[in-house]
Amino acid sequence: MAQMIRGNTGDWEIVIGMEIHAQVTANAKLFSGASTAFGAAPNSQVSFVDAAMPGMLPVLNEKCVEQAIRTGLGLNAQVNTRSVFARKNYFYPDLPQGYQISQYDQPIIGEGKIEIDLPGGELKDIGITRLHLEQDAGKSVHDQHPSKSYVDLNRSGCALMEIVSEPDIRGPEEAAAYLSKIRMILRYLGTCDGNMEEGSMRADVNVSVRKPGNPYGTRCEIKNVNSIKAVQQAIDYEAARQVEILEDGGKIDQETRLWDPAKGVTRSMRSKEEAHDYRYFPDPDLLPLEFESSWVEEIKQTLPELPDEKKHRFMNEYGLSLYDASVLIAERIRADYYETVAKERDAKLAANWVINELLGILNKNEKTLDESPVSASQLGGLIDLISDNTISGKIAKDVFADMVASGKDAAAIVEEKGLKQVTDTGAIEAVIDEVIAENPDNVAAYRSGKDKLFGFFVGQVMKKTGGKANPAAVNDILKKKLG
Amino acid sequence: MLQVMAGHDPKDSTSANKPVPDYSAALNGSLKGKKIGVPKEYNVEGMPAEITAIWKQGKAWLKDAGAEIIEVSLPHTHYALATYYIIAPAEASSNLARYDGVRYGFRANEPDLKDMYELTRAQGFGNEVKRRIMIGTYALSAGYYDAYYIKAQKVRRLIADDFKKAFETCDALLTPTAPSAAFAIGENEDDPVKMYLNDVFTVPASLAGLPGMSVPAGLDSQGLPLGLQILGRPWDEETVFNVASLIEKQANFIYMPQSLTTKAA
Repeated sequence: MAQMIRGNTGDWEIVIGMEIHAQVTANAKLFSGASTAFGAAPNSQVSFVDAAMPGMLPVLNEKCVEQAIRTGLGLNAQVNTRSVFARKNYFYPDLPQGYQISQYDQPIIGEGKIEIDLPGGELKDIGITRLHLEQDAGKSVHDQHPSKSYVDLNRSGCALMEIVSEPDIRGPEEAAAYLSKIRMILRYLGTCDGNMEEGSMRADVNVSVRKPGNPYGTRCEIKNVNSIKAVQQAIDYEAARQVEILEDGGKIDQETRLWDPAKGVTRSMRSKEEAHDYRYFPDPDLLPLEFESSWVEEIKQTLPELPDEKKHRFMNEYGLSLYDASVLIAERIRADYYETVAKERDAKLAANWVINELLGILNKNEKTLDESPVSASQLGGLIDLISDNTISGKIAKDVFADMVASGKDAAAIVEEKGLKQVTDTGAIEAVIDEVIAENPDNVAAYRSGKDKLFGFFVGQVMKKTGGKANPAAVNDILKKKLG
Repeated sequence: MLQVMAGHDPKDSTSANKPVPDYSAALNGSLKGKKIGVPKEYNVEGMPAEITAIWKQGKAWLKDAGAEIIEVSLPHTHYALATYYIIAPAEASSNLARYDGVRYGFRANEPDLKDMYELTRAQGFGNEVKRRIMIGTYALSAGYYDAYYIKAQKVRRLIADDFKKAFETCDALLTPTAPSAAFAIGENEDDPVKMYLNDVFTVPASLAGLPGMSVPAGLDSQGLPLGLQILGRPWDEETVFNVASLIEKQANFIYMPQSLTTKAA
């Protein structure tokens, strides 16, 4: 369901392709042994290679290659057993070599595709054009001194995967869904932590507009979009800007634009004429990267179940809705938690409890699942008490709140507070007789056709039993006695 | 010295992990059963007679040591110089980018960053270096890359194939080192092409990745040294050394530059 922009001349379709830069999870950099840990003191993780000292040569980190292959497999993509590192030449203070070692016409990963989940339960395939490995640049720091800029080379030489999509994305919602899905896949695979705030995942967004059915329009590349929300806002703004220009009879200049989150606008950064000529050529310091396809097979054996596979399995195996399955697979730890709860229990009931109660309370308390005060087996214990009619669903919510606060097991709380459901029909009957005796007017009204009063009687019985009476038994007996 | 330097360097991705032979053991003084190739394309037009003569002398010395001299053909020799002067400057233009005056080396004192970069490089590099950066940057530019760099890479492959084919029939090649005697310092500075032409016999082996060695073999009429070049198969430094040692012995080259002999006296 593509979002259209309504213009004065009709509807416009937004066409988007994305380039995602994902920092590879590895202990060392792509071509040097320096550490990649986040948050170290500036310039404390810089080898001679990263600082481009004369005569220093790059040596490829095998771990980074393995991570790129894993990611390629996770994106259902072609793994190229031969690829070539090329130099991308440009001058910038945070690029000490004067070139970035990247991959150009022969990347390690070729075409693939992933499935994105759209609101309304729709699924859509987005094509992956390629993934290549490259070095990150250092970081220029402009806010430490009134007139000077500083350069931190800790990030210089860290491995990045650039994931390029086909222009298959139609609108901000799809872009957000694509970005989330890529991040989810990377996290499942353990190849990138996906933290956009720390800059370990960054996106460049190519946006153009066209009348449906027409060829692609001229695109603009938007940089500096550092959150999923920013991606949506930037696309909204940029597409509207382009439509306005085109409807006023103007034309779009192909250019690189910068998203300004404070003002909520995109600004021109450099035009096509000012675009860098990167003078790509194969890096003579490195041989072509070649490996056996058996290595790819080996890595394939170690892949975890991926989000989309898991989603479809949850739907088939547990009978969950697409929505519930999508929520549960969003994080690997969440999916694992759910499966522990659902094991040999009512899977749908388990899904409701995990999604509505557990995630609800964690969200409210701004906690993550690994900080949950209720473990998966504890939640399972609570569900067992509901399933075997020890407590009602309503009481269970109170017990759950108690579990969150105290960290105790459900059974212990039920025992301590005497919350055990009364299923003894004799006891329930006695209470019902009491209620009937106390409310002769209502009984008469009910018997003369005021059906709605049934709820009143249920309420009275529950009140007298402190909510512990089995609701099904109360309904049955009440119906008989009033009937 | 090579014996110590040779071998695998794990910090150089282009270095091969191969056992290092005992080079001095290869100097057995005999070329019995060996075939030495003489590439006919190295007989360039306008080459001084003295160079042709020293080449002929070299062949005679090797024949005396038991080698069979055969003529071979390296048909793409003619393109080697142009190829080299595309590829080498292309690499150099990128390799030298790191000399920006920031972390080490010469720095022009300018308050503005861009001025500092530009003047550091303008003042710090010599003319030949700047020339190569310009040529290399041009050859890699959008629109010229296919015509120059890619084409040069293809020709480089053809040149390497020439050698591969030649080494099917011979064990090493004997050529003059240069088509003229050494020129004086500063002599060809305003005519770089003439200067580059002097490399015509040495660059093909560099492009093909072969071991080569130049041995001083005699003097021209002006007392300038003339050299002979020996080229071997990939990884076959042993044959190159063995051939070179024979030439060194026969040539008995004892001359020293005048500046050195004067000082010594």
